[in-house]
Amino acid sequence: MGKTVVLVEDEPNIIEAISFILSRDGWTVHTHSNGDTALAVLETRAPDLIVLDVMLPGRSGLEILSDIRAHTALAQTPVMMLTARGQTKDRERALELGANRYMTKPFSNAEVLVAVRELVDP
Amino acid sequence: MVERTLAGSRIRERRIAQGVRQADLAEDVGISPSYLNLIEHNKRRIGGKLLQALAQRLEVEPALLAEGAEQAVIARLGNVAARLGEEIGMAESTAFAGRFPNWANLMIRAGRRIDELERTVETLTDRLTHDPHLAATLHEVLSTVTAIRSTASILSDTREIEPEWRDRFHRNINEDAARLADGAQALVGFLDGAGDAQSEVSSPQEEVAGFLSAYGWHFPALEEARAHAAETYLNGATQLRSASALAIAGKYLECYADDARQMPLAELRRVVAEIGAEPLALATHFGVDLAAMMRRLATLPELGLGLVICDASGTMLYSKPADGFTIPRFGAMCPLWPLFQALSRPMMPLAQTVAQPGRGGMSETVFEAYAVAQPVLSAGYGQEPLMEATMLIAPAPVERSAAQIRPIGASCRICPRETCAARREPSIVSSRL
Repeated sequence: MGKTVVLVEDEPNIIEAISFILSRDGWTVHTHSNGDTALAVLETRAPDLIVLDVMLPGRSGLEILSDIRAHTALAQTPVMMLTARGQTKDRERALELGANRYMTKPFSNAEVLVAVRELVDP
Repeated sequence: MVERTLAGSRIRERRIAQGVRQADLAEDVGISPSYLNLIEHNKRRIGGKLLQALAQRLEVEPALLAEGAEQAVIARLGNVAARLGEEIGMAESTAFAGRFPNWANLMIRAGRRIDELERTVETLTDRLTHDPHLAATLHEVLSTVTAIRSTASILSDTREIEPEWRDRFHRNINEDAARLADGAQALVGFLDGAGDAQSEVSSPQEEVAGFLSAYGWHFPALEEARAHAAETYLNGATQLRSASALAIAGKYLECYADDARQMPLAELRRVVAEIGAEPLALATHFGVDLAAMMRRLATLPELGLGLVICDASGTMLYSKPADGFTIPRFGAMCPLWPLFQALSRPMMPLAQTVAQPGRGGMSETVFEAYAVAQPVLSAGYGQEPLMEATMLIAPAPVERSAAQIRPIGASCRICPRETCAARREPSIVSSRL
């Protein structure tokens, strides 16, 4: 059984596309699209990797990231942030909060695959 | 040295130099020829709006016509030089203004034009940074492009793909293409309007501001308590495009009608003429609360008063501009405004003389600001009421000493007070060009 990733993203067609390419790459993919309940899902799934959108309905990806890093069971899980905001200050903020990778939309499938592999098997 | 002459004489000289008949000039500015004749022979003092109108008609800076014009011109030349990072002594400026008055006038006009352009740049920069509509549209476009790119890449690069997956991805691309077209159109619409920093709207609050501004914040049919007046205004309002804007405007007109009932227009104008536009005294006269009195005064077009109302979070609910007082359209307001002091001292009427800097920190404009925070909704016994703060902005009536004037700004991003203790973020404007 492959490694597990939770994709927290509110755009359904991005969810489908990323889920497809990660599944083909051997990942077990779980998806979630609401910021308010994302942390509970992550606790339950205990994934090897978290892919987290910054702008979500409810709590933002940055708030969830902060909670992940303060969470005993999830603190060491690699997190890749996805965002449509490419400003330096947003990137710096995400990295300060403990993001392992920061990917700006629009990204390519190849970039996503390379990044997630590196994060789990550096 | 600059020759010392009186304002009336200067107006007469300028009019004759331009070949304008006295009767024509008087008609253009809305006064009688005999009154203009008195002015030109220095038998009537002149200032304010009439001076502005004459200056505009004669295509000259008001400062060049006013009493003490020489000093004003020299000071303004000094300001223009300072804006360009130059220090030019008083003697040199005086000699320049005296020898080349037209060039001096041109320099001052160029300085003013720089101010206007800088204001436009500030407005557009502020909007690009803070406008929630633009941010949401860009996010939507980028997310849609990402979905299309990723899905198209799957269809192109995956050799063996199940038919149901292929069909699903085709459908997704079709949906996303339609969304992208909508998003791109919205973005183009926004950018097309962005050149006109004053006219575009992006939020329900701005739609309402456009609606109220179109009527000058004064609604004669509500003043006369005509039947269905509010509905008529709302139905004919092209500015109110969203349901939210219609709801907000409807609430405002309802409040306006209540205020007009309590403070009828004719009586209000009579009392203002008698005791002045002092809101606390007027509120006592009409037996209304201070916030209602401020709202009502702001509806009188002849007074030209500004008004800002915010809720307890400091979010602006309504803003009516006053001439020379800058109210930010996006982003947070200056925390030094009496409006916010009022929130920390509920029910206490505040009056404060304040000064806002002009462009580049030059030419501070002084205002009298009245503010109060009052409950708008009581949640019940023993529970905190919901508060709103209201601030009325009036031109400063009398000269004040510097110690009596509180320096304030508009918003940190466009405020040149670099060392202000209340600064939240660096300013995008510098004190020099």
